Amino acid sequence: MTQRTALYDWHVAHGARMVDFAGWQMPLHYGSQLAEHVAARESSGFFDVSHMRPLDVTGPDARQLLRYALANDVIKLDTREGKALYSTILQDDGGIIDDLIVYRRGPNAYRIVLNAAGAEADTAHFQALVAAQNWQVTLRQRPDLGILAVQGPQARTLVAKFLDWPDLMDLEPFTALERADFFVGRTGYTGEDGVEIITLNQHLPMLVEGLLAAGVQPVGLAARDSLRLEAGLNLYGQDMDRSVSPYASNLTWTVDLRDASRDFMGREALAAERSRGIGSRLLGIALRDGIPRHGYVLENDAGAVCGVVTSGIFSPSLQSGIALARVDAAVEPGSVLQLRIRGTLKKALVVKPPFLRQGTATFSFPEGY
Amino acid sequence: MSNIPETLRYSETHEWVEDLGNGRYRIGITDHAQQLLGDLVYVEAPDAGKAVRAAEVCGVLESVKAAADLYSPMSGKVLEGNASLADNPQYLNEDPYRKGWIMVLEAETSAYAELMDAAAYAKISEA
Repeated sequence: MTQRTALYDWHVAHGARMVDFAGWQMPLHYGSQLAEHVAARESSGFFDVSHMRPLDVTGPDARQLLRYALANDVIKLDTREGKALYSTILQDDGGIIDDLIVYRRGPNAYRIVLNAAGAEADTAHFQALVAAQNWQVTLRQRPDLGILAVQGPQARTLVAKFLDWPDLMDLEPFTALERADFFVGRTGYTGEDGVEIITLNQHLPMLVEGLLAAGVQPVGLAARDSLRLEAGLNLYGQDMDRSVSPYASNLTWTVDLRDASRDFMGREALAAERSRGIGSRLLGIALRDGIPRHGYVLENDAGAVCGVVTSGIFSPSLQSGIALARVDAAVEPGSVLQLRIRGTLKKALVVKPPFLRQGTATFSFPEGY
Repeated sequence: MSNIPETLRYSETHEWVEDLGNGRYRIGITDHAQQLLGDLVYVEAPDAGKAVRAAEVCGVLESVKAAADLYSPMSGKVLEGNASLADNPQYLNEDPYRKGWIMVLEAETSAYAELMDAAAYAKISEA
């Protein structure tokens, strides 16, 4: 039985093509993925991301649980309420169980937002850790809440105006404001400025109607994928999973080893991986000719396989093929590999993600490419 | 609800065929097919002179997100391809039955007769 968000009827009434995504009926697009992509890059778009699941973590040992279960260190959030952190959850062997954003709401009070596919298993995983350590932690799933992302250069201005929250204009990146039924974080999955609004399901239709009237366009999952890939952001299950570590997933920056006494899950395995040398890493590739797709293979000049595409698209902003690819550790940004597309080899420039920053390409094809 | 012109014939793999006379047939993908594929960004069709076979893959249609095979609705020889699609793949979305034509084939009249009419295609595409 697939689940529906509080905006299901709204999507259908606005011409969305609905698809099953991780057990949820979600809008793929409302007519044109390309137009929606451009709206989010150039003005503003809203995305129903209510398939992502808020989990409230409270209790005297909440901080201790998260310092153990997450590879990033929630100690960074102690400075201010509302601060947010991106992290992975690791297995003992260093493999990635899932990725998430955690917000601090007060002393020993956190809100986590989990991916749709992993939400139930992740919650059970946290619950098992709590039980094993006899920690005093309450995990509260929030099916009463939905999430609307509003992204694009105009997004924050329009949301501040609609909610009548002028202080949203001063909100720092990766920080949230909470007022009445609305929890608004300056986070996103597009590489643009914007916010993610967590609120009661019953407020969502009013919110989207108001934003639509203010000129914000609805954007579906298809454009969400092309936006996040241009921004070089990983998709769990595609660019990373339980078989790879953060080191092999361009997420070294999310592993916090500074507190030597913090014995988080996976730490030992990561240390061992470091000392024997990282085998592979996740980098970007860009093609002037051809579109890379999941599973396509990269070869070096000698014809030896040296990588595989994890996510690939035609980039609407850059008008070229771009992809994330897991490559041998020896592969360096700036080098040119060959991508095998339906039997023919096409040149692929290795790029350090993101591909796009503030509307501009982060790379250029070399002379004679 | 997709647009299915009465004057064309259709294949089960969602191509339309227009009879141009003298054993020449113009081919493209249907409105229903373009809706399923989403915004197209790249089209690779067989070159003129190439032989194609009915229901076999002869090229590729790529949207932002995915690559889909292009099938030929009938066996024959490619006479001409739509060169404007290289720079304007969006024609397949905007105008699939006119500006978005893909190729012209030389083929047997009997193969054309075997294709579905609009009513039959409407049944399979809206099932």
